Amino acid sequence: MITAGIDIGGKDVKVVVLKDGIIVARTKAAGGFEPGKVAGDLLENAAKNASISVKGIERIGVTGSGKKYAPPHNVDITEIGAAAKGATFAIPSARTVVDSGAEDSRGIKVENGSVKDFATNDKCAAGAGAFCESMARALELTLEDFGKISLGSDKPVAINAQCAVFAESEVVSLVNSKTPKESIARAVNDALAERVVAMVKRIGVEKDVVVVGGLAKNAGYLDALNRGFNTDVLVPEYPEYIGALGAALAAAEQ
Amino acid sequence: MLANWGYQDGSGEYFITIDTDKCDGCGKCAEVCPQNVLEIGEDPADPMRSGTVVFVSEKQRQKLRFTCSPCKSYLTAKSGSASSRPSPETLAHELKNLCCVMVCEKEAIGHSW
Amino acid sequence: MLTGDVAVVAETKEDNNELWRWKESRWTNPDIDWRAGSIISAGIDVGSVSTQCVIMVDGELYAYASLRSGSGSADSAWKGTNKALEGTGMTVDNWDYCVGTGYGRVLIPMSKRAITEIACHGRGANWMYGPRIRTILDMGGQDCKVIRIDERGKLLNFVMNDKCAAGAGRGMEVFADFVGVPIIEVGERSFDIDDEPKPVSSTCVIFAKSEAAGLLREGWDVNKVLAAYCSATASRVMELMKRVGLEPELAITGGIAKNRGVSERIEKQCGMKFIPKKWHNPEYEQKSVPFDTQIAGAVGAALFARALKEKEKGK
Repeated sequence: MITAGIDIGGKDVKVVVLKDGIIVARTKAAGGFEPGKVAGDLLENAAKNASISVKGIERIGVTGSGKKYAPPHNVDITEIGAAAKGATFAIPSARTVVDSGAEDSRGIKVENGSVKDFATNDKCAAGAGAFCESMARALELTLEDFGKISLGSDKPVAINAQCAVFAESEVVSLVNSKTPKESIARAVNDALAERVVAMVKRIGVEKDVVVVGGLAKNAGYLDALNRGFNTDVLVPEYPEYIGALGAALAAAEQ
Repeated sequence: MLANWGYQDGSGEYFITIDTDKCDGCGKCAEVCPQNVLEIGEDPADPMRSGTVVFVSEKQRQKLRFTCSPCKSYLTAKSGSASSRPSPETLAHELKNLCCVMVCEKEAIGHSW
Repeated sequence: MLTGDVAVVAETKEDNNELWRWKESRWTNPDIDWRAGSIISAGIDVGSVSTQCVIMVDGELYAYASLRSGSGSADSAWKGTNKALEGTGMTVDNWDYCVGTGYGRVLIPMSKRAITEIACHGRGANWMYGPRIRTILDMGGQDCKVIRIDERGKLLNFVMNDKCAAGAGRGMEVFADFVGVPIIEVGERSFDIDDEPKPVSSTCVIFAKSEAAGLLREGWDVNKVLAAYCSATASRVMELMKRVGLEPELAITGGIAKNRGVSERIEKQCGMKFIPKKWHNPEYEQKSVPFDTQIAGAVGAALFARALKEKEKGK
């Protein structure tokens, strides 16, 4: 069976094509102002990459905060459900899934791929990827480099502000007083991880802890999570596609 | 006086309220708090008051949602609807069972979430 | 750019946009000979954006200054002090007691004691507006406070929120900047609309910016977008006010008082009006002593200074 999953997130749209339980295509692009159209285009691209026609996709599953913009589809699944399904498919030993997106973060307790409990950090940029994004911009780094350089510091500086807007000013001030970028980057990642770890602890942390979502590509953030959870977190390949994968799996189930 | 320590942000409101007319500065709540949220000292809001009172330490005032998390396992989907907000009855019950609230003989301390 | 002991504000843009926030002012009472006074008390309020110094002689307003904060608490305190002392012939050595308040209060070199803004603001507002004042909303660039006091200016209930930019003037600055409107125009323009729109749903200013971009693309007029943001800000302030209790009379102080886009929407939402800016002391009103709500914190500090000196003297 060929299914597709579309994840319309706060920033990017991700599409995965699944054929008999194997991922045959994955593609993403910024949603911008027309995430629905972007989703449609990505679907076509993905189908082409998989050497099938769009009509060959039998069922389409949709998830993400922007799912209401999705093109016609068969199945709707919540971000929580999609993350749980996708993470378990990728790493079957997953018991705690930490889904870190641009606009919100989720902690999900999973058992046999189904959701037992969850907690969220939402509606506040300081609890999600948007926090790192602002700071990476202030440091004039890409998100990936921002993550990498933070590993090069063992002397974090304090960031007192608990708000992305106030913290950005604090970072600018630190940069102006010649604080090394590595220290600042590490402090930012540590601060965000602290908030995510506290949120996940509400549902109880059970190994294996699997981190998904775009932020899972930030090495410094992962390092901070390891310290916060006191265990090594696992990250599947292409973590930002886990939601779309979960949606594709949901489409295949019904 | 009712001192509301904490904050409001995009995700909600998180306040620990101390009734300083009732609080006698005994310090039991600060001792029992597993996260070092509470401090005993001179009343920050009443400079003319002699004696001590409990308040939320300055470092924690902007972090309460996260620092108090370990005591708030009732704030997950399991105890409420999908929005992870417990029913008013459940919440009222849980708020009375917080260790800082239970140990206070004067009923001087309370949480808003 | 400020150093670590005073909170950092946004990098300053052109001063003409920000002037209304920290216009320098000073005043000396021509009818008081300070040398004939018994207790000279001073209050210094060092904030992240502005600093005030108030000097009282036996509880009467003698001199005050309000100006932009400098490059650190001590520097700001000295700037404020020197401005207030200008032309008076007085020096800090003549002060019997000085209390520091505001964000930088623990680092004010000439103060003997630091007292929180909440206590000082309540005291000061009571002295300026009179005993009828019961609820004070103060929203500056970095924080929002709601204070309830009794007729003597003693605190009954308070909330102080300095965690979230959207709950302070900073959020308004960021939003106004994003939609390209100078902040001093926001209030007026937010009422130049056909119908009052629904408030923006994003409670975080970073997300509100994306929401605004979407609304503008849908064809919303900028004024309507401003109205939606002002409305949302008014609602969140109302939540804090309800927590503390809305007992009349209500006063509004801080930068927010200059933005009718928010202040009038708060009045509409709570069905009450903010008390007009008038001295309780009829003499001050008759002599047209400038009524600058920004000095409320420093006034309270100076009053505490006097009380503490009297306590020292064993009165």
